[in-house]
Amino acid sequence: MSRTFDPKILGLFGLVAVLYIGTGFAQSWNTALTIFNMGLVSAIMALGVNIQWGYAGLLNVGTMGFVALGGLATVLISIDPVPEAWAAGGLRVVLGLVLGALTIVGAILLYGALPKGRLRTIAMVFVLIAGFFVFRAVFDSGTAAVEAINPASTGFLGGLGLPVLLAWPVGGLLAAGAAWIIGKTALGLRSDYLAIATLGIAEIIIAVLKNEDWLARGVKNVTGIERPFPVPYEVELQTDPAFLDLVARIGADPVTASTITVKLIYAALFIVVIGVLVWLSEKAWNSPWGRMMRAIRDNEVSAAAMGKDVKRRHLQTFVLGSAVCGIAGAMMTTLDSQLVPGTYQPLRFTFLVFVMVIVGGSGNNWGAVLGGFLIWWLWIQVEPLGLLLLQGLTSGMSDGNWLREHLLDSAAHMRLLTMGLILLLVLRFSPRGLIPER
Amino acid sequence: MGRHCVDFLNALVALTNFVIVPATAYGAQLALGALGVTLIYGILRFSNFAHGDTMAFGTMVTIFATWGLQAAGIGLGPLPTALLALPVGIAVTALLLVATDRGVYSFYRQQRAKPVIFMIASLGVMFILNGIVRFFIGVDDQIFTDGERFIISVRTFRALTGLDEGLAIRTTQGITLGVALIAMVALFWFLNRTRTGKSMRAFSDNEDLALLSGINPERVVLITWIIVAALATTAGVLYGLDKSFKPFTYFQLLLPIFASAIVGGLGNPLGAILGGFLIAFSEVGVTYAFRKVVGYLGPEDWQPEGLLQLLSTDYKFAVSFGILLIVLLFKPTGIMKGRSV
Repeated sequence: MSRTFDPKILGLFGLVAVLYIGTGFAQSWNTALTIFNMGLVSAIMALGVNIQWGYAGLLNVGTMGFVALGGLATVLISIDPVPEAWAAGGLRVVLGLVLGALTIVGAILLYGALPKGRLRTIAMVFVLIAGFFVFRAVFDSGTAAVEAINPASTGFLGGLGLPVLLAWPVGGLLAAGAAWIIGKTALGLRSDYLAIATLGIAEIIIAVLKNEDWLARGVKNVTGIERPFPVPYEVELQTDPAFLDLVARIGADPVTASTITVKLIYAALFIVVIGVLVWLSEKAWNSPWGRMMRAIRDNEVSAAAMGKDVKRRHLQTFVLGSAVCGIAGAMMTTLDSQLVPGTYQPLRFTFLVFVMVIVGGSGNNWGAVLGGFLIWWLWIQVEPLGLLLLQGLTSGMSDGNWLREHLLDSAAHMRLLTMGLILLLVLRFSPRGLIPER
Repeated sequence: MGRHCVDFLNALVALTNFVIVPATAYGAQLALGALGVTLIYGILRFSNFAHGDTMAFGTMVTIFATWGLQAAGIGLGPLPTALLALPVGIAVTALLLVATDRGVYSFYRQQRAKPVIFMIASLGVMFILNGIVRFFIGVDDQIFTDGERFIISVRTFRALTGLDEGLAIRTTQGITLGVALIAMVALFWFLNRTRTGKSMRAFSDNEDLALLSGINPERVVLITWIIVAALATTAGVLYGLDKSFKPFTYFQLLLPIFASAIVGGLGNPLGAILGGFLIAFSEVGVTYAFRKVVGYLGPEDWQPEGLLQLLSTDYKFAVSFGILLIVLLFKPTGIMKGRSV
């Protein structure tokens, strides 16, 4: 790429950097880095959504689900297996799942093999119903046995006990698989259908995570996920003489220094991932494939007339974008060291990411990254800022005034209002976003 | 009566009590919600993601009005006070929707923007409504029903019939059906018999022809929003009376409501009603444990071993979603032929 960097883009990134650095000075570097690390993860989610929306014009309203699948991958890869649970019912669970999958595959094959007519429908329904009952019989006894094993601390099958870094690509794969199923059914129809189907799959993925205790302990949460390779634990650092020596030379507090060091190493790791993803996305955008995607997005009919397989290309971008969201989800769960299904909220993980893309500039990878950092910072900071604002506005009222109390209690909801307003304003007055598509 | 006959009646009563009555009430609520979605789709041609939160907003206003009336000591006796407050909720919601149309959507209409842009704008509106509702009433459950609790209670029913199994019909369920029926009849009368309603249908069928014949599009849009406000608020209040009001639940209702509208055929009001009941009956039927019903029908002193529940209630969304996928795969235009753009 011979393109030089636009000074406007540099300026915008500089402004966002000022926001984060300002947070470091005004609040604390620990806070600033916490926001920055999640900003990196958010930027990756925004990259994924940008591939779908910006490249292909596909509206995904289920980002939350794909992010959560990435989180699930972290548990399945990195947590140690629970041998007692496997012995008790592991095989039955796996066999049940295989039977369930076979039922669906069988029904699809049958549908393709039989001639059109009533017989085909009846045969397919019969296979599905019979398969469902066999699946439930095998699967339910297996899960009951697994969940009975030491439910207070395990009660699930555990994972594979592999290095957690491996979970990141696997999270992408899981999300890609789910996206393929959704895309296969909903793409090629009206654009609203994809949005509604993704809204549904996201809710279902979260329901599965919350209720299937054998898989990832459900709402009992999985905690204590190990840290990825180069990231040390704070306690280790605090007892490491080399680190203490270094800290003493700078004259910093060892505890603060250790937390900041850990966050910086995470940040470095995430920057590598985001760098690779942006590089790949830019390559794709500037390739013949990228031009083809834009041609399809801008005029499906003429692209189809030129012999482009619109549905197939849409499926491809949809799966790719979801995979990126899955990677981000796995990274986020790794950063948190725990999987808490109750925290997956559509407003936070689906719609907020969309705001990032629209504000940053749909169709521009750098725009998506910028939007991710900017909107994430706002999302975190609007709450204290709103509280400050309301405190100022209500300072004339007496301390126990009910209106004042209510307003101050409700400050947390200001962020939803602000995000909606930002989305509408950008869509109206600057629909191409901060860094428009080239 | 023979024992078999009594057992059969018991099974029937249990089925009515746990499946048919709740599903009918839920179906009516979904149908009203889906009618709103389908009308917006027919006239404004986009899927309104803010619909669930519009329902929440209308319900919230109605709850505030209810509290006001209760504080003033005004009530409807055995009926919930919320019915009296409903017009207030509808009026405020209508004002809000007309304001969002003027502030947000009308600009994109002039631009002749693609439906997906409207959809994104509706996401923004959704965020704002979400924020407003949480700001004013908070995120917690609100129970605002008052008056008589039951039309028939389990005890009365048992005493009346001498059956083991009881049937309870809550006042809120009866009211849901009554109000929904009135709303639907009024809507269809309006669409089919009045001049304005006919112009709306004409606009929905063929915009260009409707414009040619002198129909004022802005008026059609305005009236659509007012009707949608009435439908959404009514649906939300009925749902809240029947269950409880919680902002997040209303957001989640989007999925079954969209599923109902699509199953029935987007843009087709009759289809929306049909879809609502189809989704509701499937959802309740699939997540109900049939153990009791089957136990009555089987031999004496026998109970099935399992719960005979196809899916746990936590997966009720999977039902709407499954139906949605089946319809998308095999009949994308829905049962009653809807629009396909």
